[in-house]
Amino acid sequence: MKYLLLVHHDEDAFSAMSETIRKEMLEESVQLTHQLHTKGQYLSASPLHPASTAVLVRVREGKPLVTDGPFVETREQLAGYFLINAKDFDEAIGIALRVPGARIGTVEVRPLIELSGLPTEDC
Amino acid sequence: MSDRPAKQVRKVVEEVYRTESRRILATLIRLLGDFDAAEEALHEAFAVAVEQWTRDGIPANPRAWLVSTGRFKAIDGMRRRTRFDASLAELASQLEAGIHDAQENPDESIDDDRLRLIFTCCHPALSSEAQVAMTLREVCGLTTEEIAKAFLTSPPTVAQRIVRAKAKIRKARIPYEVPSETTLPDRLDAVLRVIYLVFNEGYSASSGESLTRHDLSAEAIRLGRLLVELLPDPEAMGLLALMLLHDSRRAARITRTGDLILLEDQDRSLWNRDQIAEGIALVGKAFASRQIGPYTIQAAISGLHSQATHPTATDWPQIVSLYDLLMQASPSPVVELNRAVAVAMRDSPLAGLALIDAIFARGDLTNYYLAHSAKAELCRRLGRIAEAKAAYKQALGLTQQKPEQRFLEQRLAGLQDRN
Repeated sequence: MKYLLLVHHDEDAFSAMSETIRKEMLEESVQLTHQLHTKGQYLSASPLHPASTAVLVRVREGKPLVTDGPFVETREQLAGYFLINAKDFDEAIGIALRVPGARIGTVEVRPLIELSGLPTEDC
Repeated sequence: MSDRPAKQVRKVVEEVYRTESRRILATLIRLLGDFDAAEEALHEAFAVAVEQWTRDGIPANPRAWLVSTGRFKAIDGMRRRTRFDASLAELASQLEAGIHDAQENPDESIDDDRLRLIFTCCHPALSSEAQVAMTLREVCGLTTEEIAKAFLTSPPTVAQRIVRAKAKIRKARIPYEVPSETTLPDRLDAVLRVIYLVFNEGYSASSGESLTRHDLSAEAIRLGRLLVELLPDPEAMGLLALMLLHDSRRAARITRTGDLILLEDQDRSLWNRDQIAEGIALVGKAFASRQIGPYTIQAAISGLHSQATHPTATDWPQIVSLYDLLMQASPSPVVELNRAVAVAMRDSPLAGLALIDAIFARGDLTNYYLAHSAKAELCRRLGRIAEAKAAYKQALGLTQQKPEQRFLEQRLAGLQDRN
């Protein structure tokens, strides 16, 4: 079963951290993807640029509406994600606890709806 | 066929339902992998039992018979519905294929299934309210109406909580498993918390007219016993001991009119000696394990009160040292307050008051009525009547419970008389 781990953290607090620590956390995340990969649990992962680089797109009554983000001012912003394979929620939670972002922010664990008829990944 | 055997069989079925239905459900959930399917299968199996047992006699192992009948009924049902939903065919075949692996020892895994059920109902991914509702519904077999009544909410609210919890279990695939060794301590804490919450809701209802709702406390004690039986963890024993020791004072702690009686004013002859003996024995066992947690320490404190034949015979020095231990195991302002009261008893009201004032000075417990009530009591003993009155009034403004309000009003009135 697939789970999406959404890593949220306080961007201001994160950017205030030293360069070395941020690098270490990123390396740890990369290591985690490799550990998951050897167990066939890795599907995809990536950090995101800050929410200030985002754009919000809506279509209302056929009209496009493009505005600058973020949508709502919250303390924590989406900073990255891991898409993983796990046998159940407990295994997914166990992996989420190993995400470095969990130590400074929050990791939301979301089960994916299995949808047939999507193009298959061939990467 | 005469009427009598049918009646007798019905009685047997009812008895089996009362004693075994929760166990059968726990196993069916594992076998069918779904709460709703298991519940449906359970009821179908019992319906078939009434019919077949009357005709063919009662089977040697009614539980195993009901599990296997329930399972076949569920698979049959799926096969019938495959006409509308093709995905069920595969599921039915899977379930059927699994029968041969699992059927050799139907009784062996039954305790594991009950533990699985408890841990799944108390999974941390469910809200606290959902954990309580699921545990009472699935593990204890209470109806939605009974749960709603006990928690002073509406049946639809409880029903919705249960439906949502089951959907989350299914969609997020919350496993039906006893947690692994590494996560067991945390997960067990969650289970103990749910049981203690149910007990406290029964012991001191958070709102409303009646101060005790015995059914819930009895249910929590039953759950505590079940857990100790299935998983003899020291803290599970500590929690069971704590509940038994609290419950032993049930008859003595409220008046006929529902008013609260303080520990020191209770008629100790009304205390339930059997519960006290069992509680103290459990505390001893838990302490012997050398893994002493907060529930065990609280139970030990409660046990010391229970052993005092008269309030003046209370071993306050020992109680203070247990509170010191509790402050290490699970520090909180409420524990600090209780320790302050014990220090007041061991040393002097002034020493206790200084500790309470220090808590308030930090900004803690200022909205906690028991803290103000404790302060008022110590001021009263010191003859500081104006301060006592002010503190009682503050306490009064902070509780919604009628019996507690009456208690505080009486205390306040007592001070007025003296002045």
